[in-house]
Amino acid sequence: MISNTAIGSTSISPDVTAKILVTEIFESILEITGKIFPSVAANVQANGYYPVEKTWTDSQEVIISDIRLPRVLLAALVGAALSTAGCAMQGLLKNPMADPYIIGMSSGAALGASIAFVLLLPVQLLSFVGAVITIFVVYNISKIGGKVPVDTLLLSGIAVGSLLAALTSLIIFISHSPHQIIFWLMGGLWTASWDKVKITSVMIIFGVLILYRFAWSLNVMLLGEEQAQYLGINIEQVKRYVLVLSALVTAAAVSVSGIIGFVGLIIPHIMRIIVGPDHRILFPASTLMGAVFLVLCDTFSRTIIDSVELPVGIVTAMFGAPFFIYLLRKRRQSLYA
Amino acid sequence: MLEIRDLSAGYGHRHVLDQISLKASEGEVVGIIGPNGSGKTTLLKTITKVLEPISGTVLIDGMDVNEMQSTQIAKKVAVVSQVISINFEFTVEDIVLMGRTPYIKGSETVEDINIVTDAMEKTNTLFLKDRLITQLSGGELQRVIIARAFAQNPKILLLDEPTSHLDITNQIDIFNLVKHASRKGMVVVAVIHDLNLAAYYCDKICLLQDGKLISAGTPGQVLTPSNIERAFNITVEVIPNEITNSLYVIPVLEPLHDTLH
Repeated sequence: MISNTAIGSTSISPDVTAKILVTEIFESILEITGKIFPSVAANVQANGYYPVEKTWTDSQEVIISDIRLPRVLLAALVGAALSTAGCAMQGLLKNPMADPYIIGMSSGAALGASIAFVLLLPVQLLSFVGAVITIFVVYNISKIGGKVPVDTLLLSGIAVGSLLAALTSLIIFISHSPHQIIFWLMGGLWTASWDKVKITSVMIIFGVLILYRFAWSLNVMLLGEEQAQYLGINIEQVKRYVLVLSALVTAAAVSVSGIIGFVGLIIPHIMRIIVGPDHRILFPASTLMGAVFLVLCDTFSRTIIDSVELPVGIVTAMFGAPFFIYLLRKRRQSLYA
Repeated sequence: MLEIRDLSAGYGHRHVLDQISLKASEGEVVGIIGPNGSGKTTLLKTITKVLEPISGTVLIDGMDVNEMQSTQIAKKVAVVSQVISINFEFTVEDIVLMGRTPYIKGSETVEDINIVTDAMEKTNTLFLKDRLITQLSGGELQRVIIARAFAQNPKILLLDEPTSHLDITNQIDIFNLVKHASRKGMVVVAVIHDLNLAAYYCDKICLLQDGKLISAGTPGQVLTPSNIERAFNITVEVIPNEITNSLYVIPVLEPLHDTLH
């Protein structure tokens, strides 16, 4: 975490970074304490009682605390969200090709974002709304007599997704400045800010934690829906909750980062190979690995070429794919049911 | 005690079960026989409310299934289907623990683990506890699925052709387990294809054809040449088997001639 914050085009040594971060944390704790025990906080401030001596410049402090730290945090949040949602979708749909985007979410978000770019509306809001509307539409198309068959859900998602993707392409084609949209589609975290971290962290942390509660139900449903019903699981309710929660965390992630592929597909598979199919372990493992992986990829993408940022989606695939192929080859058995 | 009254069920407009009534009590093994498509599996689905009935009622210990929550039903009724393979690498213990699903709130307790261990002991699967479910043989797997059903602590055990994919040793092994559970006070209802297994293990047999119950009673009353001909459309002879003290059903086939060579 610290080292990834330290790495960047302006070189700031890790120990300085660590000191800045400690001071920042200390100051924010002080701020909160100040609200509860004003006298204690005032006393500390008056005596200049700080844990580390200030050996850095103000501009270094700004780079660390206002530019890099929110970006690293946002990368961690987005990676965690995509990977956890991907894991949930693979479990729910029992399909190894499933990722957070599989039922049209990314196309909905992309269309929302494209409209926002053309009409100069807030991109984050419209892409979020686009993704949420899409999942709602797909879910209702697939509903037959109060039940949502998984294969119908998958197919209607793909159908709606391709319709929306066509509309997005149309907008790119007629737009005067297609570059913005295309860059957004490639995914990246260069627009990171504390505001974005705040908004998305609430949704992602809550969404992911609630998803964890469905770990056991998803385990049982891996044995087949009928078996799960015999064991007393209300499968339609589980589907509804898991879909909505995955959709929310994915939409939150996509709205701040564009469409970053690969993380939500491959990280859960890698973790499944390493820790097994039990969602009680697989979920937290995917969350953690997704966060670490995207932070590393983002650090790489903004430092590998001087003064140019690669879209992080390129980096995730370039590093993740070979590693995944290696794991697939190493394993003799088929990966999935 | 399981009681079914005038039960009709189906998919969409198609009726698969037509006015079925039957009773099964503690200590009884009730066999359901009938040709493919006669509604045997649908009957089991309706008993567990996985399929809602069109009309009629299912009573478990006097309680109407339609007024029970799915977790409540899962505490009373366990279903063992024919499981040919599970492709996810859970341990045997995890799979058996899934039987505790209707009881577990949050995470499993020591009591849950004890019940799971006990269920594995009864089914002779405790030695497989830490093995991956993907690595078991057919017979071992089916015993684990029965252990999972026992872990539900059910009053009623429903079996849907639990042994038709197994070799003869495993078939007998599984049915002995089931018979033992029944003697200990469980209600057992089993869909069975093999008429001779049914004749040997069942106290009562129900013969279904086209969704209708055409005969019910002891194996001797149900397994008559005329009943079997009516349901399966084949000629059979039923002879008493003096070694097992049960009945033996043999299809009467024309001898194969050399013309086939």
